[in-house]
Amino acid sequence: MSPLVREAERTLLEPAALSRQDAEKALGRLAGAGADLGELFLQNRVSESWALEDGIVKEGSFNLDRGLSVRALSGEKTGAAYAEDIRPEGLANAVEAARSITRAGGQQQVKAPAPAEPPAIYGGGNPITALGEQDKVALLERVDRAARRIDNRVQEVNVRLSLNFETLLVMATDGAWAADARPLVRLDVSVIVAEGQRRERGFAGAGGRRPLSSFSHDWPEDLAREAVRGALVNLEAVDAPAGPMPVVLAPGWPGVLLHEAVGHGLEGDFNRKGSSAFANRIGEQVASTSCTVIDDGTLPDRRGSLTVDDEGTPTEPTVLIENGILKGYMQDKLNARLMGAAATGNGRRQSYAHQPMPRMTNTFMQPGDKEPAEIIAACPKGVYAVNFGGGQVDITSGRFVFSATEAYLIENGKVTRPIRGATLIGNGPEVMTRVSMVGNDLSLDPGVGVCGKEGQAVPVGVGQPTLLVDKITIGGTAG
Amino acid sequence: MRQDMDIRQQEGELTGLAEAILRQAKRLGADAAEVSVSEDIGLTVKVRKGELETLEFHADRSFGIAVYQGQRKGSASTSDSTEGAIEETVARALGIARHTQDDPCHGLADAGLMATRLPDLDLFHPAPLDTEAALAAAGACEAQGFATDRRIVNSEGAEAAASQSCAVYGNSHGFMGAASTTSHSLSCVLIAEDGNSMQRDYWYTAHRNPQSLEAPEAVGRTAAERTAARLSPRKVATGNYPVLFSPQAARSLAGHVIGALSGGAQYRKASFLLDALDTEVASPHLRLIEQPRLPGLLGSASFDGDGVATAEKAFIDAGAARNYVLSAYSGRRLGLPTTGNAGGVHNLRLEGRAKAVKTLLKDMDRGLYVTDLMGTGVNGVTGDYSQGAAGFWVEGGELTYPVHEVTIASNLKDMLRQVPAVGDDPDERGNIITPSVLIETMTVAGA
Repeated sequence: MSPLVREAERTLLEPAALSRQDAEKALGRLAGAGADLGELFLQNRVSESWALEDGIVKEGSFNLDRGLSVRALSGEKTGAAYAEDIRPEGLANAVEAARSITRAGGQQQVKAPAPAEPPAIYGGGNPITALGEQDKVALLERVDRAARRIDNRVQEVNVRLSLNFETLLVMATDGAWAADARPLVRLDVSVIVAEGQRRERGFAGAGGRRPLSSFSHDWPEDLAREAVRGALVNLEAVDAPAGPMPVVLAPGWPGVLLHEAVGHGLEGDFNRKGSSAFANRIGEQVASTSCTVIDDGTLPDRRGSLTVDDEGTPTEPTVLIENGILKGYMQDKLNARLMGAAATGNGRRQSYAHQPMPRMTNTFMQPGDKEPAEIIAACPKGVYAVNFGGGQVDITSGRFVFSATEAYLIENGKVTRPIRGATLIGNGPEVMTRVSMVGNDLSLDPGVGVCGKEGQAVPVGVGQPTLLVDKITIGGTAG
Repeated sequence: MRQDMDIRQQEGELTGLAEAILRQAKRLGADAAEVSVSEDIGLTVKVRKGELETLEFHADRSFGIAVYQGQRKGSASTSDSTEGAIEETVARALGIARHTQDDPCHGLADAGLMATRLPDLDLFHPAPLDTEAALAAAGACEAQGFATDRRIVNSEGAEAAASQSCAVYGNSHGFMGAASTTSHSLSCVLIAEDGNSMQRDYWYTAHRNPQSLEAPEAVGRTAAERTAARLSPRKVATGNYPVLFSPQAARSLAGHVIGALSGGAQYRKASFLLDALDTEVASPHLRLIEQPRLPGLLGSASFDGDGVATAEKAFIDAGAARNYVLSAYSGRRLGLPTTGNAGGVHNLRLEGRAKAVKTLLKDMDRGLYVTDLMGTGVNGVTGDYSQGAAGFWVEGGELTYPVHEVTIASNLKDMLRQVPAVGDDPDERGNIITPSVLIETMTVAGA
């Protein structure tokens, strides 16, 4: 038995006076009702956040969320019950509610536990207890002082530190018996700058599944500088152009393009149901030959990484698109079984009170061979987009948007004036075939991504090298 | 899970729990404290292609506490309401308060402002958590969707949901309020296909009282009509055109205005309507009001997140900003009394010079009717607005072909002042109620 599982059982089962035998008995009830898969999921999540405003740390909050979920899958049906009550009675009620979807007369076997023991890809334990309160307060104050020192046009500084530690235990009738202990940290700064009548905001944030002590010494000051820089650039911004044109995307966080343009459309559930613009297209050309896109939950320390997913499946690098050819989808257990595919470690849930579904982890494009400067020089007139707020996709039509918060005009192959924030809109499969140049400078985002799907939010990562998209519509106001 | 559960029976227990938590806070050294306790139970049934797809039951109880020591504040919350967890959670909040710094604006709302009259707002209409009935409603809804148009070829399913909640708020002034509510909804997401495209759209009905829901067949039919109408969309040429927001799309416009008038955006100087009180911010016929105590509505409440009595008011009247959206804290920051909006607005309604939508289309003659918005391209500090949009092209005052993959852009300060009229078609289904809204001109970027 892995130390992770032992520790999770100690955190989750013992305080509730639940034993392994109780859990096995519950799985037996689910299998006995004919469920193709019966699953228990127990979770304990502690979070703490501290907020600075007006130069002082004026708020902090602590949250403890504990609960259990029972699922029974039968064909395409799912029965699920959630309760905050991790006790024998709560478990028994949830089991009876979940198994009510199965038809009478079925009978399945519980497989012997076969614990998955992938190597832990993040460490450092609970980040909340790893640092004293005074040190947390001091960290926020450093960001505030640095931001105000950089430029006297800085009017307001808001800083937030968020620390999270989640322990989970998954046991299922297919033999899964897995646990994870996931740290998650994040530091965000938002500034308002003013000059004359103009006011602008700038943001910066960073984090990951790693201890605060692992960040560089100047981390708080670097974040402050980045937020102020972004805000000051926007003070000078002119109206963005309107209409279709070439766009060069900077490396890193602009990888939100991939997340929206192809990522969601390649989640197993939408493809099983045939509701995605990418359904039934495996083996087809869906992007230019320079595009290779991977989802990889195994990257050490990254925000989107997981040792095992929320169904206990170890994560893996999943090739979605290789040299422009669609290779595979991201799967959870339900959709993998129904599509005759393997689970890829992408079964994720916001919490015990939600159902797992196929979700991205860290989604990125492999680097090409072009120098970034060469890519910009190849674009006589267009837009260079450096930073984004977020995006959204309609997976059925393939239509997607992502909203630039820092962007510049490219004139005669040179980056010139900054432009006001604007939304870019396109069609995923179309836009990916228009990626004509791929840089050699792959970088991953700084660790602030949150992905929403059917009302559930999970932390994710994105990344890409510098890219040239030959044509995409820019939603500015200038003719 | 008991099928006939009535969560009002928990009010007494939850109130007792809230009182115990406040006593614990006082015992451990808090000068003042406020607590929220809630319990929520519910059932969701989803049918896809005529078969049950998911059946979900949930039962959650959680509480949150804020404690004050002098002018310092700490908060904590948990889903664990065992005695040990209460003590630990209160201790955590106090532990945090020891490390935060003095803010003279912190503290409970003034005792004299606590709601004293807690009328029955008719928000509790339980129906048995009946799986079979929910299954039948969702099934009938989706089946009608498929039957309405042969181009409806697929479905993401129809979902029926029912839940009961009991929320208790109390503070160390001695205020204690409880509100039990029910919510019932039915929604349907369909997929249509023709030779040129595949499109999705949806429709839903939601109400406190299940008797007031739209019939399942009506929801399915509307979902199908909306979805099929989107097939074979085109882009339009980039240019400046009048834009008519549908009632559903207009809801976000009211949301942006409330965000800009909120106390937090004002005192952080992060609002495109900064210091706008008593100045003209919108076309003179526009009003934006809230009516928190109307019976039976989804947004109704008799007290806010500070325990302060809610009251009817105008945020915008005759085009001028008349109130910010304030809690006790943000009010103190701005030197203004709270408006009873800790936690948000209640039954917000946008009103103006109303015309039939047909007339609005005639008035605009040529432009874009927006039914769907996408993206995060709204800058609350500057008002810069750039969103993805889909809808229908208006030519000669009539709806013609569906439009997609375009953006609409302007600045909210200008948009609010360029509203010649609104529709007579408010969408009453939520906490923000808006009619169609016509904007004189925006930049539409397409082909």
